[in-house]
Formats: sequence, C-alpha cells, structure tokens
Amino acid sequence: MSEIYTPFAAAFTLIERLDSDLMEIVALSLGVSLTAVILSAVVGLPLGAALALFRFPGRRAVIVVLNSLMGLPPVVVGLTVYLLLSRSGPLGAMGLLFTPTAMIVAQWLLITPIIAALTLQVVEDLWAEYGEQLRSLGSGPLRAVPTLLWDGRYSLLTTLLAGFGRASAEVGAVMIVGGNIAHATRVMTTSIALETSKGDLALAMGLGVVLITLSISINATAYLFREFTRPNYA
Amino acid sequence: MRRPTSSGNSPGQITPEARPRTLDAAAAADALLPLHVRGVCFDVAGRRLIDGVTFDLRAGTRTVLLGPNGAGKSLMLRLCHGLIQPTAGQIEWNNGGARQKGAQAMVFQRPVMLRRSALANVEYALAVSGCPRGRRKEIAMGVLERTGLARIASRPARVLSAGEQQQVALARAWALEPQVLFLDEPTSSLDPAASAAVEKLIAAIFASGTKIFMTTHDLGQARRLSDEVLFMHHGRLLECAPSEAFFAQPRTPEAAAYLQGDLTW
Amino acid sequence: MVGAGTDPAGGDRAVPAAAGHGFVWPREWWPRERWARERWARAALILCLHLLAAAPLEAGERFLTLASTTSTENSGLFAHILPLFEADTGIAVRVVARGTGQALRLARNGDADVVLVHDRESELAFQREGWGVERREVMYNDFVLLGPSADAAGIRGKPIAQALRLIFNAGARFVSRADESGTHKAEIRLWRAAGLQTPVGSEWYLETGSGMGATLNIASAMNAYALADRATWLAFQNKGQLDILVQGDPVLINPYGIMLVNPQRHPHVKAEEGRALIAWLTSARGRKAIAQFKVAGQQLFHPYEP
Ligand SMILES: Nc1ncnc2c1ncn2[C@@H]1O[C@H](COP(=O)(O)OP(=O)(O)OP(=O)(O)O)[C@@H](O)[C@H]1O
Ligand SMILES: [Mg+2]
Repeated sequence: MSEIYTPFAAAFTLIERLDSDLMEIVALSLGVSLTAVILSAVVGLPLGAALALFRFPGRRAVIVVLNSLMGLPPVVVGLTVYLLLSRSGPLGAMGLLFTPTAMIVAQWLLITPIIAALTLQVVEDLWAEYGEQLRSLGSGPLRAVPTLLWDGRYSLLTTLLAGFGRASAEVGAVMIVGGNIAHATRVMTTSIALETSKGDLALAMGLGVVLITLSISINATAYLFREFTRPNYA
Repeated sequence: MRRPTSSGNSPGQITPEARPRTLDAAAAADALLPLHVRGVCFDVAGRRLIDGVTFDLRAGTRTVLLGPNGAGKSLMLRLCHGLIQPTAGQIEWNNGGARQKGAQAMVFQRPVMLRRSALANVEYALAVSGCPRGRRKEIAMGVLERTGLARIASRPARVLSAGEQQQVALARAWALEPQVLFLDEPTSSLDPAASAAVEKLIAAIFASGTKIFMTTHDLGQARRLSDEVLFMHHGRLLECAPSEAFFAQPRTPEAAAYLQGDLTW
Repeated sequence: MVGAGTDPAGGDRAVPAAAGHGFVWPREWWPRERWARERWARAALILCLHLLAAAPLEAGERFLTLASTTSTENSGLFAHILPLFEADTGIAVRVVARGTGQALRLARNGDADVVLVHDRESELAFQREGWGVERREVMYNDFVLLGPSADAAGIRGKPIAQALRLIFNAGARFVSRADESGTHKAEIRLWRAAGLQTPVGSEWYLETGSGMGATLNIASAMNAYALADRATWLAFQNKGQLDILVQGDPVLINPYGIMLVNPQRHPHVKAEEGRALIAWLTSARGRKAIAQFKVAGQQLFHPYEP
C-alpha cells in the first residue's frame, strides 16, 4: 500500500518545500527545452513547409531520411554532439561541452527532425486544400510557406508540443553533453537518473511526478489556449 | 499591374455606375485579352475530360459557360486561368502569356478561406499581388463596404456561412482589380437576395472594365449576365453564340435539351 | 471610408467599429499591432539569446571541471568538501561523475581539468602516456562484497578469494558492473587473484554495463552477489535483502588518485585552478574535511597522511 504512495509523498514534499535546488533544476529544464523547441521551430517549420511545397530531385529521399531521424536515439545524438564539442573535437575550442548550450544543441538536433517531419505532413494537407486558391492569387511555393505555417498554427502547436515533450523527457543526450553537473547542467531527467542510481527510488519517482505535472500543465495551457481560440478559425 | 499609385481608378472610387474602360485601353500592349484557346485537350489517367476546345475570349464582354454537371466547365476555367496545363493545344494570352500577379482572378466553386478574418483574407490577396503594405487595409475595407460585407469584416472567415464566404471570395477577387475574372458558379449557394446582390456586384465589376468569364446553372442569371454563351457537353464545346441567339435558337439538340431542362448525362 | 490608415497605432480598432454589432470576437493571441508584435518578438529573442549565452555569462565565475567517479559524487563527499574548497579559494568545482574508464577518457580528450578516480593501474598508465601529470594519492576507502542475507553460497566472513571461489562453484547469481569503472577493474583483479577466470558468459554472471547505483538496484531486485565500494553502499537507499558479507580484507582497499590533465597536451586546461584543488585536497585542511565526512555515522573516505 504505502510503497506506491511514497513517490507522491516525496513529490509533494519537494514541491511544498519549494526546494531551491529543485527550482533551479526545474528552471534549467524548462529553459533548455523551451529554447531547444524555439530554435527547432525556427528551422523545422520552414524546412518542413519547404519540403511539402517544393519539388526537387531527391525530395523523397530527404523525406525518408527525415522520417527516420524522428526515431534518432538520444544517446547517439548525445555522443555526436559530444564528439563535436569535445576539446579534441572540431568545435572544441568553443568550450561549450558541459554547458546548457551543449544541452540545447543536443535537444535541438533531436527534435528538429520531428518538428520538420510533422510540419511537412500538416503543410502538405493544407496545400491540398489551399493550393489552387493560393496559386490563383499568384502565390508561389515560397510565398505560400509563411501563409500555410500561419494557417496551420493550431496543428503546428501540437507539433511543437510533441517536440517539447521529447526534449524535456530525454535523458541520454543531456547526460552525455551536459554531464549532470550540480548547479550547472542538472535537469529533471538527469536528476531522476541520479537519484535512481543512488537507490532513492521514492525521490526519483517524486521528481518524475514533478516532471509529469509540469508537462501536464504546459500541455493543458496549450490545449486550453487552442480550444479557446480555434473554434473561431475552424 | 493596373493598380498604379494613381487616384482615378482606385476601388475606393469605383461605383457600379462607372463607365467601362475605353476599348483602346483594353487593347494596349500589356492587355491580356484577347485569349485564344486552340484545340485544347485535357486528359487524366487516359480519360479525355476536355476534348479539342477552341474559342476566343475578347475584352469588354461577359461570357457565360453553360453545360450540364460534369461537362468540364470548371476544368475549362482552370485551364484558362493557368492552374492546370492542357495535355494538347494552346492557350495564348495577347501579351504572350506572362502571368502578371493580380491581372486575372478566380472565384472557385468552393471558395477557400484562409484561417483569418474576412478582412485579412482580402488584405492577404492584396499583399500577394504586391500592393504596398500601408494601402491594403484601406483598399480591403473599401471593397468589403462596397460589397456590403463590412459588418462581417472582422469575423473569422471560415465560420462564415457558405454564401457569405462566396461573397468574401468575390470581394477578394475584386480587390485585385483583375483584367479578367473567372467565376465558377458564384451564386450556387446564395439565397435569392444575396444572388441578386452578387449579380449586381458582377455587373459593377464588369462596369469597372473587367472581363467576366463565368459558369452558372441558373439560366435566368445566364440570360441577365451574358453577352455571349459557350455551351459544353462531355468535354466538347458544342456552341459559341451571342446570348440572345443562343437562348432564342440553340443550334445543337444538346443545348436545346439543356435549356429545356431534359438533357440527360 | 474608415480612416484606418491614420490610426497612429496602425491598429485594427477601426474594423470592429465599422462592424457595428455588439459581439466582440476574441482577438488572435498574436497581437496585430506592429509595436506589440515587435515587443513580443524581441522578448522571445532575448530569452533565447540569454539561454544561449548562459555559458559565457557563467564563465565570469572561476571554476574548473573535475572528472570523477560516481562513488565520490553519489555518496555526497563532494557536496560536503567542495563548498569548503570554494570558500577557501573562490574556485567552483563542476563535477562530471562517470566510471573511472570514462572519466579518464574525458580527461584524455581535454574535457576535464582534473581527474579523481580509483584505479591505480589505469591512472599510472594515463600518466605514463603523458595525459596526466602531478598525480597524488588522496584517500582510500574499501570494497565490500554484498549478497543476500540468506547467503546461499555460504561466504559470510570468508576471505575474499575463498568467497569468490565459493560463488563460482555454487554458480550463485553475481552482478558485475562491466563498465570499466574502478570497481569493475578491481573485481577483475580479485577474480584473477582467486585463481579464476572472470566468469564472463556464465549464465549466473550478469553484466549490467551500468553505474554502481544501477548495478546495486539490480542486485537488490535479484538478490544477487555484487562488489561495491563502501561509500556508495552506505549511501544507497534500496538495500532490500542485501547485506555486507565480506569486508576488511587488505586486498579490498580502494585508493583514489588525483591528477592534473597535462596542460602541455591541452593548453586550455585550467592548470592553476587544478593545482589549487590538488594542493587543497592533500593539505591538512582538505584531509580533515575528507575525514569528517560521514554517512550514517561512518567515515567513508580515509585521507592518506603525507
Ligand atoms: N482531377 C481530376 N481527375 C479525374 N477526373 C476529373 C478531375 N477533375 C475533373 N474530373 C472529371 O472531369 C469532368 C468534368 O469536371 P468539371 O469539374 O469540369 O465539371 P463541371 O462542368 O464543372 O460540373 P459541375 O457543373 O458539376 O460543376 C467530371 O466528370 C469530373 O469527374
Ligand atoms: Mg464545376
């Protein structure tokens, strides 16, 4: 009986105390993942839209690769970024390893393909509906990119949330490139891994509950926002 | 582009009573018309949907394309508008076929509204056609007022009724002041009053110098709005005649049957 | 015509006014006024840049990166002594905790300034190859052989070599870290010293390839034997049925050595800060701090007297 409640008790205690370490970890998690999502959106949305609208040789191959990259294992991404940012790697001189920046880069690599691939789908569907009208107005594919991104904004919001979910939930990549350094690069997921390895399963689960709660609140906010505004735009 | 920085022809001043542009203006070198359609065929998956159609579209007239469902009217409009390419034959504009933005516009059988307000839909069309940012709202609002749509200007376009959407689509097309306007059954989902309003609107657009090429299933409307009639059946152009002649004395039995209301597919 | 163009804010207020009906439709969340839009965009941009710039900003503080092992980090030793070091010197220490093998690899790539691990052989090799310099032995703790308190193989209180032979012969389940950590390397040495081949491939010998904590979680769940460092074991909170069965054998001593990553190989290494850390840990103050660190009333690490 009590075993299953311990994590919730632990989570509650953590939140109740407003533990400053916990707050720091939560803030870093959110900061890193949100930044990664924003940067991924900056690249992934136009990329996905362009792939949906432009026809060029090798397009299908690019789409297949993109779809496969959605399933990229975080550890592989982490290792790749590590090899790039390591002092012995090509970008070592920048000294970015074991910094939040490195974690943002890893998460960015991880979720940009997801956002691009889902955007591709959304924009392709929209283009099927809008294509003739937009071409009639004299809009080429390039001009259609921002239009369709804007008109697909509610579906694309879901895409961004999917990206955020993956970014904030992964542990492999940020562990490798961030190093789980206390007060510097420790985030929710790496803390959970750490507490698990210390055998403090209740605390680990408690952190997990906090993570899930955060994730639920973010998604709920987005959902409410969507539901509130969307009916007007059908 | 016909929308110079000038004042004389801005839509703010156009009224249904305005005189048509003089013919010498229409014949200017940059004019799109006349359009020559020569032996145009269109195939999909081995099926011939448009079969050897030949006709001319001249400036300064209203041409109505008639024919039963599935005759190929919508396809013909889209071929002329350049949205699809003919499998065989030529479609030649007077100025060599350069598709200038905003020089032709089309209102589709099922209008496509962007997910934004009605006003923003019109502004968007203006933006794409290269209208300077500062003038868009004014022009768009002007068009909506003249089309009696000002009261729905700020409403999300996609929740408007089908009829309202069709009127917004028409306003959006008019805002571009095209030389040629293609209309695919513009009143198919409108109530009688709205139909009458749209007819008046089309008359106004025509009066402002725009060539009208439209389809309709409303024969009364066709009579009222046409100078010449094209009649299609099974992808072929069967008749091409001045309006009075066509309605008084159709030359083909199919056209006669269609006018009688007993042409079966 | 509504004078929308003359509205100084470039706003859309003219439109609802012209609409002239009571119901106000919700605005779009993205403000249509240009100035508000720009403010939004600027705020988002600043947020991004701020986060991206987080690392350089923090670089204002003086810090060094220490590659070390999970035993020192997870037991809480660093949390106890490093604040004291920072108070004394103003240098913050960022600890990346990995197994000994991985920690040395990080150091070799130049991704750490100082490395504190526990495997004398690989430390000396690391130094011989010129990757590490100024090695000092800092402290030691010891390994313990854990097992289910039922102890099916009957090893309780036996010398370690005999205990391993008993496990081997009984084919009792044994969980190995198998991750080239100091503990894993010590385990291999112990099998060898007992006159046995490391039983890789035997179905009772499980290789987790994970850290000490993860391995202990598995051992606890499966009621298996395992070798662990005492620090991690004492701090570990998921002991289940596990118990210390063998300890105190002199070969179970687990010495920790510290080295500066060779600044000649990696010029960016913070040699000055690194030397400060090494000097402090081996100083009287550092030794006292290490000795004073206790978990459950037990001293976990024993500083070497010079
Ligand atoms: N993309 C397409 N692929 C296959 N067949 C098509 C395609 N587009 C149109 N058709 C066919 O071509 C024929 C003509 O279609 P079109 O839409 O031009 O008819 P229409 O004259 O506009 O009829 P309606 O009065 O019902 O609007 C129809 O039989 C239709 O099924
Ligand atoms: Mg049709």
